[in-house]
Amino acid sequence: MKKIVTVCGMGIGTSVLLKMNTEKALRALGLDGDWEVEAADIGTARGVARTADVVFTSADLVDEIGTVKAKVVVIRNFTSVAEVTERLQELV
Amino acid sequence: MELPLPDEAVRLRVPATDWRDAVRYAGAALTAAGITQAAYTEEMIATVEQLGPYIVIAPGIALAHSRPSPSVNHAGISWVTLATPVEFGNADNDPVSLVVGLAAVDHDGHIDLMAALAETLADEIRLPKALAATTPEALRAALAPTEEGQV
Repeated sequence: MKKIVTVCGMGIGTSVLLKMNTEKALRALGLDGDWEVEAADIGTARGVARTADVVFTSADLVDEIGTVKAKVVVIRNFTSVAEVTERLQELV
Repeated sequence: MELPLPDEAVRLRVPATDWRDAVRYAGAALTAAGITQAAYTEEMIATVEQLGPYIVIAPGIALAHSRPSPSVNHAGISWVTLATPVEFGNADNDPVSLVVGLAAVDHDGHIDLMAALAETLADEIRLPKALAATTPEALRAALAPTEEGQV
């Protein structure tokens, strides 16, 4: 099982929205058995990213996350399942 | 689930002058609806000042929020459309014409609300109708799940 962490500033809004759309995209791609998705706020993201393979976040927060082992992927439209699907297809 | 948007939580075509003003409208609506206390509004502004305009989550849409705090009474949203779009400084998604204010008391107690919101904001039929609404009644009618499939 591989892991994607969705990261936003506070962990209640943006990251939760992105987690839902990522799960939706994974189901549509038939990959939901291979990946788990977790939402995190920026304060805990660096810790969580240690156990993750991929981090999804916004362009504004990339610098805050800094250098982590996980691959950091920027999502521009957090409501777009289509964009998340494209980013996922690039990963697998 | 239907998005809970009583009249108090809705402000339509407000004359916001900049992003702080727009967030203040969203905060005032949250407070008017009993969701937050007034201090939460400045907490939402501080979030953007500290972490940047990442709250502009999609073209034209800002999800104004801060972290769970004593200023939050219970989870909920407000809905504010702007007479004139304003810039938040987000290169991808500016300018903003819809500000959704969000408050939560923890990280996962509002999952149903977020699921409904995610569905609404990605809905190419309901969202444009909702953005065109000039009264809270029209907004609720545009967002009603029963509208789906009837168009």
